[in-house]
Amino acid sequence: MEPVLEIRNLNVDYGLGDRAVHAVRDVTLTLHKGEVLGLAGESGSGKSTLAYGMTRLLAPPGVISGGEVVYHPAEGAPYDVLALSDRALRQYRWDQTAIVFQGAMNSLNPVHKISTQLTDVLRAHEPKMSEHSRTARAREMLKLVGISPDRMDAYPHQLSGGMRQRVMIGMALILQPRVVIMDEPTTALDVVMQRQILGQLIELRERLGFSVIFITHDLSLLVEFSNRIAIMYGGRIVEEAPAATIYRDALHPYSKGLLGSFPALRGPRRELAGIPGSPPDLAGMPTGCSFHPRCPRAFEPCPTVIPVLGRPDTPDGAGRSVACWLHPAPVPAAG
Amino acid sequence: MTIPTSSIEQVIPGQGSMAQPESAKPARVRRQRFRFVRNRKAAAGLIILGVYVLLAIIGPWIAPYDPSARSNDLVQGPSAAHWFGTTHLGQDILSQILVGARSVVYVGFLAGIIATVLSVLIGVTAGYLGGKTDDTLSVFTNVILVIPAVPLMIIITSTLNNVSDTLIAVIIGLTSWSWNARVLRAQTLSLRRRDFVEASRASGERTWRIIGFELLPNLTAVIASGFVGTVIFAVLSEITLAFIGVVNNGWNWGTILFWAQGQQALGQDAWWWFVPAGLAIALLGMSLSLINFGIDEFVSPRLRSAGKTKVRTTSGRTVRMRIGFTPVLSGAPVVEEPARIATPVAREAK
Repeated sequence: MEPVLEIRNLNVDYGLGDRAVHAVRDVTLTLHKGEVLGLAGESGSGKSTLAYGMTRLLAPPGVISGGEVVYHPAEGAPYDVLALSDRALRQYRWDQTAIVFQGAMNSLNPVHKISTQLTDVLRAHEPKMSEHSRTARAREMLKLVGISPDRMDAYPHQLSGGMRQRVMIGMALILQPRVVIMDEPTTALDVVMQRQILGQLIELRERLGFSVIFITHDLSLLVEFSNRIAIMYGGRIVEEAPAATIYRDALHPYSKGLLGSFPALRGPRRELAGIPGSPPDLAGMPTGCSFHPRCPRAFEPCPTVIPVLGRPDTPDGAGRSVACWLHPAPVPAAG
Repeated sequence: MTIPTSSIEQVIPGQGSMAQPESAKPARVRRQRFRFVRNRKAAAGLIILGVYVLLAIIGPWIAPYDPSARSNDLVQGPSAAHWFGTTHLGQDILSQILVGARSVVYVGFLAGIIATVLSVLIGVTAGYLGGKTDDTLSVFTNVILVIPAVPLMIIITSTLNNVSDTLIAVIIGLTSWSWNARVLRAQTLSLRRRDFVEASRASGERTWRIIGFELLPNLTAVIASGFVGTVIFAVLSEITLAFIGVVNNGWNWGTILFWAQGQQALGQDAWWWFVPAGLAIALLGMSLSLINFGIDEFVSPRLRSAGKTKVRTTSGRTVRMRIGFTPVLSGAPVVEEPARIATPVAREAK
């Protein structure tokens, strides 16, 4: 599979110098064409910071302290998004990579009509487009996300939460970007609406062929909708594997804990197990593996040496990686 | 910030080998306590204001001459004997400035306190209680607001004879609270419908407690900047009154300017007569404004800059941190303890 976006050793800090808090450390992640990559983890594990860091959308005092985000355009040579000039970055955004923010349904401007807000980005990115074709594109987009085009002249308060959410998704897709980052896009919605919207998203992805990075703390959602899942803990990726593999056989104790904390719909009833303790303070991380104070299976090397993300020593080790001393990596996984 | 750490230790006692040493804690506490002063603007403003307050206290004692005493050095420029020169009567201008500081600072702060207390009482009460009370108080505030303050002060002070500094401060305070009251009322109106206020009302807290413990802490910034603004206004008003000669009891910087103007100091090229007083006023105003900026940044994290705002990026340029264009720092990525490759021990233990 060809990669669309490659994150290499990305480090994101809040603050500068000695007072910096390292919120994302050494994250390496590859998004392939047409896939849904799920990013899961507890609150404060660095999921959103990673998303905003790789798009350079972090507000001060957030800074990127190292790494590369290589984007592979449809034509031409791949380039590092972190090295783009401000002008080139403006061009790149939305056109190549769009983002749907956390609580997106409250991001619509209440004093403008949906149509104005949908066509605004077209005006900026495709100035040669005629007014008529802009409106036509916006109507088409609304239809795609399942909203009747006659709601074009509605104001945000006239729409329900789910509809507003879909307008936001439609807005993100209006320039047909190749990468869509969704930061907990359905957290505020009820499960029925969540399912409906995600189903639509997957359908759209099949039709339009974009790749999705889907950030959520709801692992059950990811297991159903994503191709691959990366689990974050304390600013690092601790495990990455195809969704079915992780669901069936998670290797990292933290992933197991996450999976064990929600019930299965079918199958025998089992005891739900949570993860004891609370997420680590990013300003004062435990030494070694940051999960070791909470890990039920921590042993001798855990408190001292940081495990590196690599291919585990299991039979199905290919195509997955884990950072855990229970499954030490003989060779760090490439890319 | 330290709560998660301790709770981890509670879960698995004995394994609390935390990366953060104990000695790091006092530093953080100290940083929190002096955060306002660590703001450069606030610190500069406080230092200048501190000098003024000091001068207001000790000025009359350290003044080298009696400010009203005449001498034979008429309209002399700055010299070793008279640092800021002399007036047409041979009075020492440095002494006048030093002695005048007390009256200016005293009137400024007293008027500021009076106006702030009045504006909080009237503005917050009107905003919180609403209804008829609000209507009445708002009308009253608006009436005071449209009365031009300085002419009113001129009329009041000129009908009384031999007004004291305290009386001037009271008059200024009574005529300058209305604007702040309006601002506070508006802010209170927005706060009183917030969920936390509704919750305390629903749980039966008394009105005075809701106002004192739920609303006022959220109004601190508005009140503080209102106070600082009123002090500036009061200082300028007092100087204006003295400058136009309505009030003429003892020395303040307005009195100096009054005499400088009356004796055509500008025409005589006697710049030392009015420049020191003018600068003193400007510096005092500046220090109060700086404190005001400091308060704004202290209270609103959006305005606050976390110390350094400019960083060097990988492209070699120095850019300001701003939203939407997160800078990519130059230099090597964070150096951490390098992760060792799996050891045989680890395998055996598994």
